[in-house]
This record gives sequence, structure tokens and C-alpha cells, in this order.
Amino acid sequence: MELTLWTYEGPPHIGAMRIATSMKKLHYVLHAPQGDTYADLLFTMIERRGSRPPVTYTTFQARDLGGDTAELVKGHIKEAVDRFNPEALLVGESCTAELIQDQPGSLAKGMGFDIPIVSLELPAYSKKENWGGSETFYQIVRTLLKDHSKESKQTWQEEKRRPRVNLLGPTLLGFRCRDDVLEIQKLLGQYGIDVNVVAPLGASPADILRIPNADVNVCLYPEIAESTCIWLERNLNIPFTTTVPLGVGATQDFLKELHKVLEMEIPQSVNESNNSKLTWYSNSVDSNYLTGKRVFIFGDGTHALAAARIANEELGFKVVGLGTYSREMARKVRPAAKELGLEALITNDYLEVEDAIKETSPELVLGTQMERHSAKRLGIPCAVISTPMHVQDVPARYSPQMGWEGANVIFDDWVHPLMMGLEEHLIGMFKHDFEFVDGHQSHLGHLGGKGNQNTNKEAIKTNLQDSVITEGDLIWTHEGEKELSKIPFFVRGKVRRNTENYARQAGCREINEETLYDAKAHYKA
Amino acid sequence: MSGATLLKESGPKEVFCGLTSIVWLHRRMPDAFFLVVGSRTCAHLIQSAAGVMIFAEPRFGTAILEERDLAGLADAHDELNRVVKNLLARRPEIKTLFLVGSCPSEVIKIDLSRVAENLNIELKGQVTVLNYSGSGIETTFTQGEDGALKALIPLMPKSDQKKLLLVGTLANAVEDRLISIFNRLGIDNVESFPPRQSTELAAIGPETKVLLTQPYLTDTARELKNKGAEIIEAPFPLGVTGSTMWIQAAANSFGIDKSIVDSILNPLISRAKKALEPHVEKLSGKKLFLLPESQLEIPLARFLSNECGMEIVEIGTPYLNRELMKSEIDLLPPDCRIVEGQHVERQLDRVRDSSPDLVVCGMGLANPLEAEGISTKWSIEMVFSPIHGIDQASDLAELFSRPLRRHDILNPTKTLTSN
Repeated sequence: MELTLWTYEGPPHIGAMRIATSMKKLHYVLHAPQGDTYADLLFTMIERRGSRPPVTYTTFQARDLGGDTAELVKGHIKEAVDRFNPEALLVGESCTAELIQDQPGSLAKGMGFDIPIVSLELPAYSKKENWGGSETFYQIVRTLLKDHSKESKQTWQEEKRRPRVNLLGPTLLGFRCRDDVLEIQKLLGQYGIDVNVVAPLGASPADILRIPNADVNVCLYPEIAESTCIWLERNLNIPFTTTVPLGVGATQDFLKELHKVLEMEIPQSVNESNNSKLTWYSNSVDSNYLTGKRVFIFGDGTHALAAARIANEELGFKVVGLGTYSREMARKVRPAAKELGLEALITNDYLEVEDAIKETSPELVLGTQMERHSAKRLGIPCAVISTPMHVQDVPARYSPQMGWEGANVIFDDWVHPLMMGLEEHLIGMFKHDFEFVDGHQSHLGHLGGKGNQNTNKEAIKTNLQDSVITEGDLIWTHEGEKELSKIPFFVRGKVRRNTENYARQAGCREINEETLYDAKAHYKA
Repeated sequence: MSGATLLKESGPKEVFCGLTSIVWLHRRMPDAFFLVVGSRTCAHLIQSAAGVMIFAEPRFGTAILEERDLAGLADAHDELNRVVKNLLARRPEIKTLFLVGSCPSEVIKIDLSRVAENLNIELKGQVTVLNYSGSGIETTFTQGEDGALKALIPLMPKSDQKKLLLVGTLANAVEDRLISIFNRLGIDNVESFPPRQSTELAAIGPETKVLLTQPYLTDTARELKNKGAEIIEAPFPLGVTGSTMWIQAAANSFGIDKSIVDSILNPLISRAKKALEPHVEKLSGKKLFLLPESQLEIPLARFLSNECGMEIVEIGTPYLNRELMKSEIDLLPPDCRIVEGQHVERQLDRVRDSSPDLVVCGMGLANPLEAEGISTKWSIEMVFSPIHGIDQASDLAELFSRPLRRHDILNPTKTLTSN
């Protein structure tokens, strides 16, 4: 039993609903009690969908449990098929129905329908949402394509046509999937590569049957599509790409990988520096201030990994924390963190993430909506890079994360929460003017959390003549505090901690202004 | 009883389960913690319904059952014990801990009352541990509050003092206002249940007169009656008429002279009616369809039809307690169709066939109906908003006139299309 105050991922049947709702002409009968229908609002409110998810809930009650729940399930299945007339039917259970073991999938298969029936077994007490989505997509593809001939087909060169690929993995309630698909379609079009099927988002069961017409599968979101891509490679000989085109470098690598798999020559334009504005913006003098900005990254596996690469290689940040809530992705995140000299944080406990943020005192947090709230409390700028979805993550404007335009969006989204370089320069110059006295940080607008209280406390403390502050075994002298107060508020906490660490290492109990300069020299060295 | 037509329907339902009521209960009693014993679905439901990302550490959580808990029952009880102790160690400010049963905990028959009993012995009064069920197989949405209140009743001290007890969660400001009106009438001893601090429970006894503020407290009312309290029969305090009759019923029960009641209430009534006018103008003659969810559907329909002139197409209600609703149903216009239970697909067919101007429904259904050009109002808003009492009648009407006004501004003629 695990105490959970808030969870990054829903249960696995929510993942199945994401697949069902992303697709067309599909219906999902979910054996579930009354109340589980809350899941509809994830789609109609967060995604602002103007249609209901194609889900029939059996909504059984306690009084049904004494009777024949199997008959109840069959009644709902029949009604759903009659009413919605789907091309294929998903049948599964939520956590409670799993316990009463009616096996609705088998029941449905015995009812004599002439449509494919996909029976879902999603263990609700050990797995979570993304796993459920991945398994559902895999089961749909497998059920619909299992009898497809494995015989090798002609290549695009032999058929004298343009190469075509499937884009696999985008779903509703996935981070910016709607716009990523458009961006990647556009990008591939520029290189003469056609898109055959996009799935699950917008695909019907009939579209799934067309998957084998493609030369390559593009695995856009491994959390959802990797197991399906592996199956399609093993069983239908369709190779797949593994690079996720998030960021300039990854988009280049993705295009190179795809060209290679398609046996196409890699065009020079892939490497051009003006494909995305991120490259030049990051090189421009204004971005000098981004150098070494401490950034803490937490999210789903794919977006966290991509963010670490972009931060490290393309923006010149220093990654001080990297983690994911996805245990399935821990295998990939751990070595990436190690390469950055960090230990990956793998947890589903947002309070643990908040503690890690406090610990590493970053200047920017790249996280989920929950980290945005934690960062707000701590007074640290934040940009959201990953699910779980919030209504703000479904912007009205075109706002992809993938491809060249995605890199542009990422530059803006990550850099704007920080102060602009020129502004920071001016603050350095005029930091003693009254506008920059603590409490006047208008650019952090709603900064209302602990960060603010702490800086105010510091200001009050430094106004007290001859006061000394004891932090465990260390004593700050009045001069030391005074010198510290001259440091801009947004780095003061970090300088205080660094100086104290230095003092402990150096074995000095008292921190005066010289200790501050000693520490500064020590850490710059 | 009026000529209301009472029908029953069964089929797929689209309603919240009782766990959802934690969303307002934890705000009402900030010294209490609600620990759901359930699955990841339960945790996800509450955070989705509440949009809770703003809390550092919320006053509710879920002890999520895992595969090994399902293997043996003794194990699950021990595990829960461990989780509770960890929680209490971390949150020493908790005074009352509600263990809330869920669908999975009910199905595998975890005995929460036994866990609560053992913990109470161990904790020696430091924290009071209670239990109730908010499971979807037994409760609908607001019924969760009924369960939580019922669980508190055994802790209420005895008293022979004559008092008025307002039962059901109200917005604090509204509650203060209602109490001050009762005081003006000469009823000085007015208390509320649930209290604002879980430990400050009102004492009850044969001289306690209970006035229900919410229509979903069936079990609570019965238990209070068993404790000797008298339940005052009245419609619920929504709208001018309902609120007036509600206050009058209490005044009658306390033997307050009618002329005093009239002299105090009449100015409030005429002021409230005046404030209602612009909304009546907007709502009058408009067709209203209420889907079942909050259990407030019948009183709302009564207010919107009798005082705002709306035409009621159908009143859906998750379940019907004829005894508690009698005063309400009596006030409904003749031939009003009340449907108990739900077949959501058939009900939505009826919505489309009747082309109503406004539909009161759950959050999952609102945008799909809006996309079809039908204005909606979330029923969950009724349990969060200060809508009770004579003074709030126009605010209550405004909740319904606003979507119509907005619809007219944005879509003078056309129908919306969306994805």
C-alpha cells in the first residue's frame, strides 16, 4: 500500500481511453463502477473536446454484485455495438472490475459480432496510464494485423514512388501531440517523404490495416508506441526510428537516422544552422547570460531526456537535476543522468521532487504542471515540458515541441521565464537603486512563496545592527551579512549556501566578507 | 403531492462517486484529513475533479492498494495501519482522520471500521479515526458527505439545550448570514454540522431541531433522529420561496410569532425579488433539462420554474428520497417529469429531441453539449458556490442566466462546431 497525495499518471485504463478517444470508429466498453466516468472530463475539459469519449461504462453497483454481472456486461456491450456501430471494439476493466473477474473480453468474443474485438488486460494494481496506453495500442495493432502476410514487399525504390512512413505514438492528453504531428509531417514533406498513417491520433481501425504499406515506422512517442514498433519490426519487417526529434540536434539525428533506414542520401540541408532559430538565438550575444544557468529537469522519460540534451548542448545550461516519474523509462534516464554527473530521480512522489529542487537550488525548473506549482512556491522560474496535461498545455496557437519549429517554441518557452540578458545586466549595474530593493521584483510577478519570504527575512536581518546569525555550527558576522546583502536576491541563496559549504570545508566557523570572496574564488576556480 | 410524474431508468450512468465530496469536505474542516483506501483511479478521480495541483500538501490522499495487498487480507489491514501512522507522524496537525472506503476496498472487504477502532485504541484520543464509504458502487457524488457526517454523529455530545442545528456544508459566508437571520428572529442558539473544526461538534439531544441545508443527507437525518433530534420538514433554502419557507419552518418550530418573522423577512424578500428581475427576464420561458448528479436537481428545478419562469423538460436525479423531497415535489409545477436513475445515452437522446435552452450536467458532458450549440451549467458548481438563502437567490439565478447571456453574445444565430 502506497500513500499518494497526487499522482503523475492515472491508472492503466485511462491510457486505454486515451487510445480509444484518439482513434475514430472505435468503441471501448469499460467494465467499471459508477464514478469512473470522471475520466470523460479529462478529454472534454482539459482537451476541450467537443465530443464525448467513445466509452460505455457498465457502471455496476453494489446490488448488481449479488446477481449476474456477466449478463449486465453483455447487455452493455450489445447496446454499445448497436448504437455506435464501431469498426472494432475494445473491451476491458477498471480496477474494481478486475477484482470481480467477469472477463468481459471473453464475454464479448462469445457474442458473435463480426467486428474485431480487442480484449484488454491492464493490471490496475501494478501498472499506470502510459503503460496502459502502450499496451492498448499494441493490442489493437496486433489484433488487426496478426493475419497480415509477412512476405517481404517491394521497396519504395522498386516501386518507383516516394518513401512513406507511419507516425506512431501521438495521442490525446499527450504533450503537444496535435502540433508535433503537423510539424513532423511538414518536415518530412520537405525531404520528399510521405506520411502513410498517423496513429493512434486520428486513425480508424481501417487506417491501422494500412500500416504495412509504409516503409518505416517513426516512433514519435516511445512511451506509447515502442512496443508496437518492435512488434511491427519483428512480425512485418517494418524497421523503425528511435530518435525523437525534440531539439535541433535530435531533429538532425532523427532525419539522418530516417534517411539511413530508408537508404536515402542524407541531404546537406539537414545540418544547416538556420533550420531553427534556436541555434542563432542561442549564439546571439544576448544569450550569453544563459551560460551555466542551473536547470532542474523532471517529466515523462522522453521529454526529460530531450530537455537534458537541449539544455546541455543547445542552450549552454548546466543540468543540476534530471528525473522522471515513469519507471518504464528509468532504464534510459539513469545513464543520461550519469553522463551529466547526476543521479537520476525516479519517483512518483511530487514532494520528493520538490525537495530535490530545493536541494539543487536551480535557476530554472523544466517540469510538469506540478513542478510549475512547486517552483512557484519556491520563487523559481519554470517552464512546463511534459504531461500530465493541464488545460494550459493545450494552447489555441500552433505550438509544437518537435522539429525546427518545436525548437523555436522551446527556446521561447524556456528562456522567457528567465530574465532577459540585458535586463539582468542592468540589474547588475543598478542593483543598489531603490527599484531593485527586495520586494520590488516585478518581473517575477506572482512570486509569493517561500523564496520571497526568505529574501525579506534576510533583508530584515541585515538591517539589524551587529546581529549575528547562527546556522548550525557557522556564524555570519555583520560584515559577512552586509556583503551578502549586496548580492542580487536571485542568486543570494545560492551564494549563501556555497559560502557555508566552503566555510565548512575550510574549517572556518565565522563567515565574514573575506570568507565570501574566498568562497567565490574557490568555486570559480 | 403534486402531479409530478415519477419515472425510473437504468443503464450506463454518468455521475461522480461519493469520493468527490472530499473536495469540499476537506475545505470545510481544515483540521481533518481524508484518506481514501482505494486504487490509483480513486486518487486520479479526486485530483481531476478538484484540480488540486495548487496545494503543497493537500488534506486528502489515497492509500493505493497494490498487488501484494490483494493477496491476503490481514496484510492489507497491517499495511493500512502502517500508512496511517506514517501520515500522522508527518502531519501532526491532523485532529480527525477519515478512512474513506472505495469500490476496490469494498469489493475485497477491507474492514475499515476495525482498522479505525484499533487505531483509536492505539492513538489514545490524540487523533480520532473514523470511517465511511465513498465508493461508487454504493454512493453518488454528494452522498459522500452524508456518509462522512453520519460517521461523526456518534462523537456528538449529548445536550438537553434547545437549539437549532443547521445540517450540511454551506459556504462560510452564507452560513454566517443565515445564522444572523435566525438570531434576529430570536433563535439564539444556532449551530452547524459539520462544524468548521472537526473537533468542535455540536451537542445534540431531544431539544435539538435539525434544519437540513442540503437535500442529500438521508442517512445523517435518520441518525440524528435516532439520537432524539427533531427534523424540521421544509423545502431546501434555494431561491426566495424555498429559503423563506425554510426559515419559516424553523421559526414555527421555535414558536416565533408570524408577525415577527414577516417583519424581518419581508424586506429581504422584496429586495431579493427585485434583484432577481433581470435574471427572470433572461430565463423566463426558456427550456431547462437537468441531468442527474448533485441531488440538488429537484430544488433547483423548483426555483428555476416557480421563481424564474423556466419551463422544465426533465429533472434527472440519481436517486429519490421521497420523504426528504416531499416538500420540494409538492411545489413543482404539475406534470413535471422526474427521472430517477439514468441511462445516459437515452437521456442525451431526449436532451437533443427537446432542444433545451440550458442543460445542467456533469463536467464530462458539458463541452460535448456546448459543441452541439446547447448551453450548459456544471452541476458541481452548485456544491461550491454560495447559493443558499434569500439574499443569494439572484446569485443563484445568475449562475443559470450567465451561460444564456454568453451564448447570445457569442452566437447570435449560428451553432458552434468543434472537433
